[in-house]
Amino acid sequence: MASNFARILSSKRNVGILSLVGAGSLSVGFFLTREQYVSAGAQVRRLYPASADYPDLRKHNNCMASHLTPALYAKLCDKATPNGFTLDQAIQTGVDNPGHPFIKTVGMVAGDEESYEVFADLFDPVIKERHNGYNARIMKHPTDLESSKIRGGQFDDNYVLSSRVRTGRSIRGLSLPPACTRAERRDVERVVISALAGLKGNLAGKYYSLTEMTEKEQQQLIDDHFLFDKPVSPLLTCAGMARDWPDARGIWHNNEKTFLVWVNEEDHTRVISMEKGGNMKRVFERFCRGLQEVEHLIQEKGWEFMWNEHLGYILTCPSNLGTGLRAGVHIKLPRLSKDPRFPKILDNLRLQKRGTGGVDTAAVGSTFDISNLDRLGQSEVQLVQTVIDGVNYLIECEKRLEKGQDIKIPAPISQFK
Amino acid sequence: MTKNCHNDYKMKFSLEEEYPDLSQHNNHMAKALTKEIYEKLRSKSTPSGFTLDDIIQTGVDNPGHPFIMTVGCVAGDEESYEVFKDLLDPVISDRHGGYKPTDKHNTDLNWENLKGGDDLDPNYVQSSRVRTGRSLKGYTLPPHNSRGERRAVEKLSIEAMTSLDGEFKGKYYPLKDMTEKEQDQLIADHFLFDKPVSPLLLASGMARDWPDARGIYHNDNKTFLVWVNEEDHLRVISMQKGGNMKEVFKRFCVGLQKIEDVFKKHNHGFMWNEHLGFILTCPSNLGTGLRGGVHVKLPKLSTHPKFEEILTRLRLQKRGTGGVDTASVGGVFDISNADRLGSSEVQQVQLVVDGVKLMIEMEKKLEKGESIDDMIPAQK
Repeated sequence: MASNFARILSSKRNVGILSLVGAGSLSVGFFLTREQYVSAGAQVRRLYPASADYPDLRKHNNCMASHLTPALYAKLCDKATPNGFTLDQAIQTGVDNPGHPFIKTVGMVAGDEESYEVFADLFDPVIKERHNGYNARIMKHPTDLESSKIRGGQFDDNYVLSSRVRTGRSIRGLSLPPACTRAERRDVERVVISALAGLKGNLAGKYYSLTEMTEKEQQQLIDDHFLFDKPVSPLLTCAGMARDWPDARGIWHNNEKTFLVWVNEEDHTRVISMEKGGNMKRVFERFCRGLQEVEHLIQEKGWEFMWNEHLGYILTCPSNLGTGLRAGVHIKLPRLSKDPRFPKILDNLRLQKRGTGGVDTAAVGSTFDISNLDRLGQSEVQLVQTVIDGVNYLIECEKRLEKGQDIKIPAPISQFK
Repeated sequence: MTKNCHNDYKMKFSLEEEYPDLSQHNNHMAKALTKEIYEKLRSKSTPSGFTLDDIIQTGVDNPGHPFIMTVGCVAGDEESYEVFKDLLDPVISDRHGGYKPTDKHNTDLNWENLKGGDDLDPNYVQSSRVRTGRSLKGYTLPPHNSRGERRAVEKLSIEAMTSLDGEFKGKYYPLKDMTEKEQDQLIADHFLFDKPVSPLLLASGMARDWPDARGIYHNDNKTFLVWVNEEDHLRVISMQKGGNMKEVFKRFCVGLQKIEDVFKKHNHGFMWNEHLGFILTCPSNLGTGLRGGVHVKLPKLSTHPKFEEILTRLRLQKRGTGGVDTASVGGVFDISNADRLGSSEVQQVQLVVDGVKLMIEMEKKLEKGESIDDMIPAQK
């Protein structure tokens, strides 16, 4: 278990918590620089020179492969985080999975919060490439969960079948899914479900442990788009996230099935607000309220989420840093989706399409999952607004095409507002 | 060292917290592992850094297999079998018919000691094959090795194999440079190993960095093959169409001897000791590591109620023709020796030869509508 001062380090709301720990131990924590993280971490004894162990990435097309030069490998290969997570472990998924047909994958993961520091020389350029030039050394990430700021957000139900917002949260002091021990994973489960048990009103609900769920319950939850997949994607299995499955994995949902928390899948927690139809505003409102309540409940017990002012919320995959937020809809766009301008329209609106089965799938018929592309550098409110404005535009296009009218590619919207 | 550092970190958590949930499990590891054993071994690691959790991960992740009781643990290096003997000895005993920690294993690769075996009926026996594995001393095993080590194993293996001449002369094909077409052809010919999709292999980390430093060597006749860096450092295979198992076994023994000489010159001879025989990744392959078998058509016998019992008494096992994880197709079975440890290569191949011969006689009887009740063998 991480020591007290590390747990409260860089907390946003630290006034009350500061009083828990003496000032002396606090100051040591605050001033750990990256170099100190790196030297404080373990050293890896290698039998072979770095050149003998450098992976063959010639056929690879992922962000890690684009940035891991032999020199960088040599620099980092004998380092490890304080818990013992190594570079080889971080990049294994990218070595094992050269490229994905639908999406350029990141190709590396963090094993713990310190990974992003110890291996910053590789994570930083990967983050930069993945997040539109975001410079993690300099730039600050805005966090904003004030859902009242949203304008509009009620879509035409003739097109939008469902609306959903998800994010992830990690519990500070416990290793992440690629590296966690069984004990740590069980600790995550314990901390999270204890907090969730404190939710009330329309957020009150129940936890279903994967080890105790029947096959029938499980299949029903998958079909309802509530449950996470059994880990078959090599992107996840190669990173070690599926070890000990289904131990300490589960799903919590409120009685209305509109607010869900996945425990110990790709992240410590995935928090999801969803409902049928097009009321994204209500979905986001519930999302923010639920998240803030869960955070409060966790803090009451002395825990907190992993967060810092450069990377926002710390999650396993660098692609989910910042907000970790994916807000999207399942939407029918039979005409627009066949229009050759569709990809460009999406691109300019900073949206992405997926199949309705999730990230690794293709679309079925002309129903798409449309969501925000960006995660880092813009706040939750900003990203959800982007989705709302963008989806409205797509619906407008579809309606125009129905009437035989022409559509326009919108001007590209700017990033990092 | 990394693994020790992580393992030291893990020791901060209690036994109860770390002990795996094996309540749904049915494999040898789950049967043998107790909290006492876990407590005793969890702080240990081999000199190269392989730990108890590394040993058992595949068994934790794969509770049970429909066709065969899996072992559920692997070795990461030669020392694994010593450092973790408190777990591996009972697993070995359970898997290998009560083999005791004090037992000695007999190695016999003199093909001349095999009696008969050159005349299995080709109307039934489609092909004959003998395979084994070998590990190179001084390197860690596939669940644990680094890319540098794996490449070193490949390099040395290429040297050994390209030194071969006569009927063994051939060529090495690194997986990295093979076309998809060549690869599919080799798989269809039963020459190449699978792309790793079996969760049994994936969960132990053997598929890392695929296809780096993996490849296949075969002679020009395609009757002698060596797989490099699949589940073991080397898998050595002798095979041919038809039923001349004796010829297959001769080629097997001679070829093995030739390549061993080269490895020994480099001080990387085969891992072997007098208790466990040849040391391989999976405890199920200790001893001879030998699987000698045939693809044989037994449509009637295979549906006979006593089929399983006959196989057991003959000390044989059946598989589908696609390999260990598959089911049979069209009444054609892969029949091979069940034992690996505690009997020699010659003895195991003899069992296959004698047993298959008997089963073909039974099949012929059943074709004529006759009973085979008086042919059921005693337990060997």
